[in-house]
Amino acid sequence: MSLTDALDVRPGPDAQLILRNATVLDPVAGIEGQHDVVVRDGRVAELAAPGAAAAPDGAEVVEAEGLHAFPAFFDPHVHLRTPGHEHKEDVETGTRAAAAGGFCGIIAMANTQPPVSTAADVSALREQARAAASVPVGFVATVTKGMKGEELTEMVELREAGAIGFSDDGLPIRSANVMRRALQYQHLCGGNIALHEEEPTLSGEGVMHEGPVSAAVGLAGVPSVSESTMVARDAALARYENARIHVQHLSAAESVEAVAAAKAVGVEISAEASPHHLCLTDEAVRSLDPNRFKMNPPLRAESDRQALIAGLRDGTIECIATDHAPHQPEEKEVPFEQAAMGVTGLETAFAVLHTELVIPGVIGLDLLIERLAGGAAPFGIERPTLTPGSEANVVLCDLGAEWTVGEDGYESRSQNSWCAGRTLAGRVLMTVAAGQVAYRLRSFSLGVAG
Amino acid sequence: MRHLLSIDDLTREEIEAILDRAESFAEVGRRDIKKVPTLRGRTVVSLFYESSTRTSSSFELAAKRLSADLVSVKAAGSSVDKGESLKDTVTTLSAYDPAAIVIRHPYAGAAQMVAGWTPAAVVNAGDGKHEHPSQALLDVYTLRRRLDSLEGRKIWIVGDVLHSRVARSNILAFTRMGAEVTVCGPPTLIPRGIEQLGCAVEHSLDGLEQADVVYALRMQTERMSESFVPSLREYAATFQVGSRRLHPRQLLMHPGPVNRGVEISGEAIDSPQSLIAEQVAAGLVVRMAILYELLAGAERSTPVPSDDDGAPASPTPIGQPA
Repeated sequence: MSLTDALDVRPGPDAQLILRNATVLDPVAGIEGQHDVVVRDGRVAELAAPGAAAAPDGAEVVEAEGLHAFPAFFDPHVHLRTPGHEHKEDVETGTRAAAAGGFCGIIAMANTQPPVSTAADVSALREQARAAASVPVGFVATVTKGMKGEELTEMVELREAGAIGFSDDGLPIRSANVMRRALQYQHLCGGNIALHEEEPTLSGEGVMHEGPVSAAVGLAGVPSVSESTMVARDAALARYENARIHVQHLSAAESVEAVAAAKAVGVEISAEASPHHLCLTDEAVRSLDPNRFKMNPPLRAESDRQALIAGLRDGTIECIATDHAPHQPEEKEVPFEQAAMGVTGLETAFAVLHTELVIPGVIGLDLLIERLAGGAAPFGIERPTLTPGSEANVVLCDLGAEWTVGEDGYESRSQNSWCAGRTLAGRVLMTVAAGQVAYRLRSFSLGVAG
Repeated sequence: MRHLLSIDDLTREEIEAILDRAESFAEVGRRDIKKVPTLRGRTVVSLFYESSTRTSSSFELAAKRLSADLVSVKAAGSSVDKGESLKDTVTTLSAYDPAAIVIRHPYAGAAQMVAGWTPAAVVNAGDGKHEHPSQALLDVYTLRRRLDSLEGRKIWIVGDVLHSRVARSNILAFTRMGAEVTVCGPPTLIPRGIEQLGCAVEHSLDGLEQADVVYALRMQTERMSESFVPSLREYAATFQVGSRRLHPRQLLMHPGPVNRGVEISGEAIDSPQSLIAEQVAAGLVVRMAILYELLAGAERSTPVPSDDDGAPASPTPIGQPA
């Protein structure tokens, strides 16, 4: 399904746009070079030779020499916090943050208050998205009623109401039997099942990765095997039921191994990693700063981070997902053990990964672009592309532009960015999502052809 | 020294300076009038979110012996009971312009956060399972009096290291003073990776005879229900420091309160090699020294009362000529 067919967005005018002499990179479509990117009626009309495209009347003309145009990004793991926690985020602010980060589509998690467990919940959210979303949003419903892990939701009706898939994210599905039943039901209703993998009895009271740092600071640890044993369990169940699963926010090397092993035997399994797990380790937790460094799964060891990077390279991990998790200061300005888990990530994902992984040469720019849009396919959504004729989902970036995170505030309602205060290289100037201009940097002005 | 948050922030020289200062206060403690005017007119807040006997009483007495005005706040019965956040409580108390806030809190990093919210000097009197630096300083003080130097001494810390802030601060302090530290306990109670703090790990008391000092930790009874140990009886049989296992030349320490007959046998507690009572006595003078170093020490620019100008090496007692 195309982005617009699968997801909901506030209707607006179709983009009419020329990105003049942009450096275009769409590694999956094999597009790389200098082009005039012509967007007409919300679609990529052509990739013309630099300076060759004629500007139709009224089209915005961007002098994009030295700027990069990529397929816009897709984030399959965002917390929009509505219903129930609108003081942290809502559809409007969360999708604005997504647009500012270069995302043309996101999937919102269902661990709201109450959780998204009924067809009516899904319908209400989709209506909100059509009224207020800057970029297309899909909504997963919970796998179990109220996320209690006991009874399945009405998965068929939820899919008919438009749920893009299912997830109890925030909590694991404790019971292997409930998990198995959900996978069986998937044959009836479709929809990928996204899994927060954690064995609760192993995690216990843990608030950070178990290792030398937790030993030193006296915080209870969450061992890596808490995650990897559940990944292995669910991969085995998916194999047995010939079903499909998506593993969320991989954090441990053992989990990457478990996903790779499952893929090797043909299990339909996909996996994501977050920017913070790709850039940080548990060493950051020595600061005992929960605002930037407390999340679940926790930041792990350097060897885990390296395993995630290797997984991105070899395709074990097909996508980067931010797990954007907004919280208000009063939920974070408390001692580490008491603080809420999660950090925001939509507005900084591209810039921080470009700064931390691409500039030092750890991964190539092409791999980053591929993985930042890799989250659509696992949910049956077409990958954003710059191939002429496709719906316009384009992000325009200035790779040389440096900016300090938080200096000009955030589009998100919350400020718990793990990048707060960092100076990053690479800035999103403009995002076109589902054929509409969803975002442009305030200081970035456009010429209009007349 | 601006705050006392973690032993990790202190150099060996800074630790020694505090202990030297504590020696001079020990001398004051032998006088009839055990009070010095050093902190006259200044306020010390004691803010305890957990029950405590020796730490709170010794800090409070230390502040009084230094002539500070003391405000003592216990979480139970205060606005904390009404749901006030730590930040708001600290902001409220800071309005009294205290020179120091001594805080005990059940969660790691609390003292450090408080230091970011108040202009007062902050003393960590125990934060969760993280650190208990004043305990470590009084333990080093106690040992230094007995052994002169900790350099090359072998110290075994035995018991529930996983849940112990005392263990963490003491590993740091003992190693910084040149001792060789071994932690010993069942694998369920020794945190994975603790050896990176610079200590050795043993899971049996078989090698205990090499120790010059045996430091037993409190074993909480609820650890049994959490499957950390199968039974307290078996734990005691395997890890109890008893007179049978102790050589007369070895010194025995414990941070208190002791579970007699669990981590230490009754007769070992009462034996001459036990330093437990000395530790308690050291608590007072070391905590006086901590407050002194923070509030009247040479590095601090805040003016001290005129009769204390120059921060005398041996504080002048009230009623005696300066």
